[in-house]
Amino acid sequence: MTAPSARPQPESLKDLFFSFTLLAIQGFGGVLAYMERELVERKKWLTRAEFVEEWAVARTMPGPPALNLSIMVGSRYFGLRGAIVSVAGMFFLPSFTIALMALAYARFGADPHVIDALRGMGAVAAGLFIATGLKLLTALKTNPLGVPVCLVLACLSFVGVALLHWRLVYVMLGLGGLGYVLTFIKLRGKS
Amino acid sequence: MNAPLSFVMQWTDWFDLLTHFFLFSVSSIGGPLVLLPEIHHYLVTQQHWLTSSQFSASVVIAQAAPGPNVLFVALLGWNIGFNAGGLFVGFFAAVLCMVGMLLPSCALIFVTAKWVYKNRELIAVRAFKLGMGPIVIALLIASGWMLATGNTEAARDWPLWALTAATTVIVARTKINMFWLLLTGATLGATGLLTIG
Repeated sequence: MTAPSARPQPESLKDLFFSFTLLAIQGFGGVLAYMERELVERKKWLTRAEFVEEWAVARTMPGPPALNLSIMVGSRYFGLRGAIVSVAGMFFLPSFTIALMALAYARFGADPHVIDALRGMGAVAAGLFIATGLKLLTALKTNPLGVPVCLVLACLSFVGVALLHWRLVYVMLGLGGLGYVLTFIKLRGKS
Repeated sequence: MNAPLSFVMQWTDWFDLLTHFFLFSVSSIGGPLVLLPEIHHYLVTQQHWLTSSQFSASVVIAQAAPGPNVLFVALLGWNIGFNAGGLFVGFFAAVLCMVGMLLPSCALIFVTAKWVYKNRELIAVRAFKLGMGPIVIALLIASGWMLATGNTEAARDWPLWALTAATTVIVARTKINMFWLLLTGATLGATGLLTIG
């Protein structure tokens, strides 16, 4: 009951369910880009900075990051019921469409046109991820580490994972740990 | 190589399948796609419940379909069940695999989310959420990068790379519905415009 009432939030479990259904059914190639659009830009349940903070937890824990994020949002407002409803919303329509697509694939999957179309969609999906990441970078403006340090950490992580193919765990433990310690010192110094 | 498989699943096999997916679930930091090699090894190489082409088709379909990519696990289960006994078993196995893949990680994030929210003022919690920020954003960009460059070569596939670049700029700068971009990508691909030579 301490949540500030002035800001937008899901009105009901139904609202939660349909919001996640809507973003899930649009989410070709992965739902995260659509989550950012829906939750931050349209519904404004989260600011972009809050989205990044929640994303940090969702991405670090085991499980599909987007699903983790939906559970975090759903449970924040409606507890266990909210978490269940969010997950249900994420899977309800996509379960049907994936069954249809599996049938279609069994029939047309070997067609070179289909393979080329999928490659085209893959290239677009890649662009969606990159653009969402670039948008989220703007949220780092308010990060206590300061923009330069944030950018150095981000660049090192990108180069390590994408170009040098370091193991994810090492990047998260090494660079993530460094980010944690630096932020901790900074926050402690302020308080 | 990829002859149709036919076998009978004992209840101990179902149990083995479920517990393996429980294990995959708790170790799927970064998402289930990270575990593709391990899952492939278990289902295809070790147990022979699935052909290699059924495995890759499941992943391709789930990535092209709307919704969370983890649905490839449902397709894996579907194929296993179908190989073992037909439609009904396929449906059962799809649900079983999804429950195995999701239940542990969902329970874990639920408990964590509660704890994190309750202790959101602690410096230790704030430092984690803020300090991990740059890294997890970079990982997102990196996964887009790897999606764009995996299985492609600059000299041969530059139209695909150009499409990725154009999409990036458009999505970052406009509020266009992303569905139209995907449709454009599919159309360009299907008409052969993205294939050189």
